[in-house]
Amino acid sequence: MCSCYYSSVWLHVNTGECNLASKHVPLQYLITLHWFETLFLCVFQRMPAPIRLRELIRTIRTARTQAEEREMIQKECAAIRSSFREEDNTYRCRNVAKLLYMHMLGYPAHFGQLECLKLIASQKFTDKRIGYLGAMLLLDERQDVHLLMTNCIKNDLNHSTQYVQGLALCTLGCMGSSEMCRDLAGEVEKLLKTSNSYLRKKAALCAVHVIRKVPELMEMFLPATKNLLSEKNHGVLHTSVVLLTEMCERSPDMLLHFRKLVPQLVRILKNLIMSGYSPEHDVSGISDPFLQVRILRLLRILGRSDDDSSEAMNDILAQVATNTETSKNVGNAILYETVLTIMDIKSESGLRVLAINILGRFLLNNDKNIRYVALTSLLKTVQTDHNAVQRHRSTIVDCLKDLDVSIKRRAMELSFALVNGNNIRGMMKELLYFLDSCDPEFKADCASGVFLAAEKYAPSKRWHIDTIMRVLTTAGSYVRDDSVPNLIQLITNSVEMHAYTVQRLYKALLDDISQQPLVQVSSWCIGEYGDLLVSGQCEEEEPIQVTEDEVLDVLEGLLVSNLSTPVTRGYSLTAIMKLSTRFSSVNRIKKVVSIYSSSIDVELQQRAVEYNALFKKYDHMRPALLERMPIMEKTASNGPTEIMQTNGETEPSVPDTKHLPLVTQPANQANDLLDLLGGNDVVPVIQTTLPTKPASAGGELLDLLGDLSLSGGLAPAPSVPVSQPPFLLDGLSSQPLFNDTSAAIPPMTAYSKNGLKIEFTFERANPNPNIAVITIHATNTTEADMTEFVFQAAVPKTFQLQLLSPSSNIVPALNQGSVTQVIRVLNPQKQQLRMRVKLTYTHKGSPVQDLAEVNNFPPQSWQ
Amino acid sequence: MQFMLLFSRQGKLRLQKWYVPLSDKEKKKITRELVQTVLARKPKMCSFLEWRDLKVVYKRYASLYFCCAIENQDNELITLEIIHRYVELLDKYFGSVCELDIIFNFEKAYFILDEFLLGGEAQDTSKKNVLKAIEQADLLQENRPRQFFFLSAQLTTEKPL
Repeated sequence: MCSCYYSSVWLHVNTGECNLASKHVPLQYLITLHWFETLFLCVFQRMPAPIRLRELIRTIRTARTQAEEREMIQKECAAIRSSFREEDNTYRCRNVAKLLYMHMLGYPAHFGQLECLKLIASQKFTDKRIGYLGAMLLLDERQDVHLLMTNCIKNDLNHSTQYVQGLALCTLGCMGSSEMCRDLAGEVEKLLKTSNSYLRKKAALCAVHVIRKVPELMEMFLPATKNLLSEKNHGVLHTSVVLLTEMCERSPDMLLHFRKLVPQLVRILKNLIMSGYSPEHDVSGISDPFLQVRILRLLRILGRSDDDSSEAMNDILAQVATNTETSKNVGNAILYETVLTIMDIKSESGLRVLAINILGRFLLNNDKNIRYVALTSLLKTVQTDHNAVQRHRSTIVDCLKDLDVSIKRRAMELSFALVNGNNIRGMMKELLYFLDSCDPEFKADCASGVFLAAEKYAPSKRWHIDTIMRVLTTAGSYVRDDSVPNLIQLITNSVEMHAYTVQRLYKALLDDISQQPLVQVSSWCIGEYGDLLVSGQCEEEEPIQVTEDEVLDVLEGLLVSNLSTPVTRGYSLTAIMKLSTRFSSVNRIKKVVSIYSSSIDVELQQRAVEYNALFKKYDHMRPALLERMPIMEKTASNGPTEIMQTNGETEPSVPDTKHLPLVTQPANQANDLLDLLGGNDVVPVIQTTLPTKPASAGGELLDLLGDLSLSGGLAPAPSVPVSQPPFLLDGLSSQPLFNDTSAAIPPMTAYSKNGLKIEFTFERANPNPNIAVITIHATNTTEADMTEFVFQAAVPKTFQLQLLSPSSNIVPALNQGSVTQVIRVLNPQKQQLRMRVKLTYTHKGSPVQDLAEVNNFPPQSWQ
Repeated sequence: MQFMLLFSRQGKLRLQKWYVPLSDKEKKKITRELVQTVLARKPKMCSFLEWRDLKVVYKRYASLYFCCAIENQDNELITLEIIHRYVELLDKYFGSVCELDIIFNFEKAYFILDEFLLGGEAQDTSKKNVLKAIEQADLLQENRPRQFFFLSAQLTTEKPL
């Protein structure tokens, strides 16, 4: 026992904690004293002194297992608790310190919270120090307990010892709640005006915290900021700049008010740069970099969107940018801040170029931190200073090969931002190489980026298809789901590349069927262009020899493979079906389809059943339904349209069978229909959006079709454009409706009665010669307008009809204008075109309705 | 700065300073996640990472990781300097500081940190001033009065914690 006391005393002497009047007191004397004291204490005190902090730490560290540690901790906690209960003032500090250690290890210490408050209230500095530390670690503003601190802090803010005041300011500035801040803001403000720089700097940062918690109190600190910047003390300067920054960021009024400080800030910065070596603030040869960076940041905020201020700081920014040493991190930190400031304020172009060049140099720096920071900043500026950043493109692309994940990501984002029509080939090569070798977390974003860039800047269709192929084969499983319909649309629109595309996709399928997006796109293409594949029509490369059976083998293989998802199976089944009109091996296809009509997968089963029905009952419609897809229109939103979604899924939706479940809606009209027609079938006429009365139109229309023996099933509410037979969706606006190759068809008058004349003009739809496009022109010779004009038409069973939106529903009087509307009629069997029309309008206040038959179609319109 | 964490290579926490109000549970969760993320970084990687909506700046000194979470508008490079300055202060105070010093004198490490940073920002950019303040404050630490009757009050030793 004696020796350990000896050693502990020795330690104390050595580490200078001992405050002995003289260090030369003989140690034996001390030992005796210690011994006496222990004896004394043991006799007269109730408990032995709680073990010391360092001893506890040492003991706990000897624990070999978590369980052992927990046991020690629990034992000690129990001791501490009883000590707290006994209100022991002497050792409270020690106990709380131990508690804080155990708290850091992760053990609960909430029973020490009140003790911290007692320590704070103590007169002893040691107690206060530990008490405040404990408060910062154990208390938080959610618990009401913390409010008990307020009074103590208030007292300590006015303490005679500045270090006590400092403790209070520190605690308030770190974890003061809004209530505390409200109560104590006045004290903080007072201290902000003191001449004691030690306190002033702390008060400034405390004020920052108060403002963050209670923004309304900002005004209160305004007077105190008046001469903050004229301080010589760097600590006060630094914290003042932080305070001013906070105020300017929060309040536009403050910003305006403080803008006048720009010259002063510029001066301070200049002094820092120009002044000689100052040992106190020097860091690697640079004078107070922390202050420099803060000033630059404040200048950024003050100069933003203000020409005069920006002008005033122009020179100093240029000076800092050119004179700062770049060999160490600290210099680069200043340059970085300078660049950020230059880019954000209204700087002149020369300065901006200088900034970008600094970033370019950063990119070549060996220090990866600097490279990272450069890439981040370039990403921010690439929109506004695109050309300047372009100059550094090759360096940026090199960063794709960096080992650091964050740098790679930044470089990738920046590379995509820099792609343009001129550099697309080179950039894409690099990006595709990156896609091959990058981590999986990047692949999805990179693939999307490649698709987007390719779409915007592809130099040729062949290149575009090749690029898509490359992405699908290398990163096929990471491609986003919405890419599949996008790609299909792209492929469809590259008409001359169909053969090449399908050949390449087929070959890719032979290699690998695991990547679902690739498989889906491939099956869709094979289904669509399989005829080109077997006929070996490829011009771009050596055509391969493929038989129909081989193709069907591959597609059937997809159906049975474990690697295929249900969606993929759907694609391949539909593709097989489509080949029934392109291949001759129809029987094989029929067999496949009938097998899957008992598939467990509901989706597959439904498709198979429908296709079976196609074979059995609607075989005459099959060729038309499974025809080649027309070119799809892309919507402005740059994403797949609703129409494309359905086309992408390649549902040659058979309106009858698919929409039979919808017959119930609108129910009463269906009944009317069946009454009228005596149960005859009706060919649904699907209209695009009508200007008025969409719901009833369907019913009324079908009324017309009475004796034309039309097939059954109601069209769905015509306002739904989605599920239209795709072949009628010939490219709406971009496709020329005129086909110059066919002879012009003479127009005809379809109806003329009561002043309303309707003329039909004809065009052939390109590319499908079976579609006749009729434009009706309705004119009005009476003196009154015909309002709410609705034109409806119906055709016999062998035809299909589509009505597009009319130009308007008012036929102006006295031939002042006309209403036009486009009708498209599919006539695959080339039968004589007949039509029944129904007209409704309001004339001179009264509704008019008329039915008519149109039989005088010129033969050219349907032959 | 939102918070600063010091932890060993085994993931043991040696110091935690929070400048934003969070519950104990949240602090534990954040600490656990961040420690895991930083320890998983390879030596060749840069000192910055994006984590949730914050930037994290970390640097390893011997067996200790110093990790700071800063906001988006803060300068990462100067934060590295702040970390370095803190290490320098510890070094000067303890004399060639090592992890053990911080383990056994964690409360002093906090005192030094609180003298250097307040509310997440640097109070004083002069190393000398910070160290002087700590020194003076240390001197204020009370002496435990001896309860002996027969000795003069001169003989005192500081009551160690």
